[in-house]
Amino acid sequence: MGAIYRREIGAFFTSSIAYVFLAVFFIITGFFFTLGNVASASSNLSQVFTVMFIISILLIPILTMRLFSEEKKQKTEQGLLTAPVSLTSIVLGKYFAALTIFLIAVSIALIYGFILSIFGTVAWMTLLSNCLAMILVGAAFIAVGLFVSSLTENQIAAAVGGIVFLLLFFLIDLLASFIRVPWIQSVLYELSFYSRYYEFTCGIFNLSSVLFYLSTAVLFNFFTVRVFEKRRWS
Amino acid sequence: MIEVRNLTKHYGDKKAVNDISFTVEDGEILGFLGPNGAGKSTTMNMLTGYISSTSGKVLINGVDVLEDPIKAKTNIGYLPEIPPLYLDMTVKAYLNFVFDLKKSKLPRRSHMKDVMALCKIKDVENRLIKNLSKGYKQRVGLAQALVGNPPVLILDEPTVGLDPKQMVEIRTLIKRLGKNHTVILSSHILSEIQAVCDRVIIIDHGVIAADDTATHLSEQVTTDHRVIARIEGEKAEILQAIRGIEGIRYVRADMEREKGIWEYEIEAEPGRDIRRDINAIAREHAWNILLLKTMEMTLEDIFLKITMGEQVELGKGGTK
Repeated sequence: MGAIYRREIGAFFTSSIAYVFLAVFFIITGFFFTLGNVASASSNLSQVFTVMFIISILLIPILTMRLFSEEKKQKTEQGLLTAPVSLTSIVLGKYFAALTIFLIAVSIALIYGFILSIFGTVAWMTLLSNCLAMILVGAAFIAVGLFVSSLTENQIAAAVGGIVFLLLFFLIDLLASFIRVPWIQSVLYELSFYSRYYEFTCGIFNLSSVLFYLSTAVLFNFFTVRVFEKRRWS
Repeated sequence: MIEVRNLTKHYGDKKAVNDISFTVEDGEILGFLGPNGAGKSTTMNMLTGYISSTSGKVLINGVDVLEDPIKAKTNIGYLPEIPPLYLDMTVKAYLNFVFDLKKSKLPRRSHMKDVMALCKIKDVENRLIKNLSKGYKQRVGLAQALVGNPPVLILDEPTVGLDPKQMVEIRTLIKRLGKNHTVILSSHILSEIQAVCDRVIIIDHGVIAADDTATHLSEQVTTDHRVIARIEGEKAEILQAIRGIEGIRYVRADMEREKGIWEYEIEAEPGRDIRRDINAIAREHAWNILLLKTMEMTLEDIFLKITMGEQVELGKGGTK
């Protein structure tokens, strides 16, 4: 796992995807931070975190798109799959590499908090639990993006597929409000990524939400492993 | 040691590999020969655990590839048909990655040096793989198979894309590796197999068409009843005289090798040695025989014969 993790981190930077990802992430969150916090003298970062959630939907699939699709296209997966490593460690190596880049992106919030603390008091606990929530959402989103990437050998298809997948998760609330059947509605609300995240931005720490994001991450990583198992056995 | 037992792979209805069995001993170099699409790469992919078999077993040094894949793969160095190279890495970084991936316990620095020296890629170690020529890429591919010094090497067309000089070098290298490795290499270049391999398996339409030593294979089909002769004399008379020999199937003279000397291709019934008869008629007419040899079949002929579906009568040795 270590070898794959290190190679992927290196590849993120040589392929400049990491730079593009981080730059866009910082520019957009920085824009809302400047307008919503610095210019309007507010220490409430919840708007910045809401924006983070939305741009993650668009940016995470770009981060994960090449992880498996490129391997397939360049025929390098044959090297990985015939090496003495398990499928799980191949998938997790790539997963944690993407998660690391995402952690770097989210940690910008700590710098925003530090800037605000110069001018006033910052609710650090809320900020940290917001960061944690963003990381958990990212952990789930990256697993989804990685899964889509393992399905295709076309990077663009992987990115678009990932965005559509994540948008569906995001729009579950909207869908739920249209469906009048109560039990379907309650199931869909339970599956909502955003309303769980919204709780965090309001300062509510809900353990079941933590478990929800973590189990999504585990489930999709498991699916990715299955994709490779299946390909081997077909 | 590699043991393959009743290996079969179906893709839907198509049988890519159909019930093949063979064993490769330690220190043996086995050549895998067959036309494109015969099932060579499929077989190799099954040996290395890249794809599963529909039925049958592969044992690498006694370990089943499907039951304990990680342990089995530790023993294998694999060069696939398209080398698995990360184009945006330098040669050195890539080989180090493979070293880590294989969790090799060898001393890294000296091992890397050895492998790069063996494959003659030391001079490009800091270049990006995407900027290398095909020949260098192929050699980097070979190098990644050698990293970790696995006892079994499986090489799928290792000399593709190399120039003739590099081909000879790689063949010499494979031969040298064969002394303390078990090697399977596939190729459709017959001279290569003949030069490198101890044993040849010809595979066609997913089944083993022949399994024998390279020399044995060509010996088996050497034919005393087919001879080439250069005889000095009137062509028409000679042809007629030869046709008069008992048991002649055909004779033809296509080429005038020297002035007044034609080359005759003569085939008699199988099992009939006609060299003495030819000598006899030459003496009778006072013609000079300047050359007389039996037509030996090269591996090329055998290969064509076997894969064209023509029956070649081979020894019972390993032929199926």
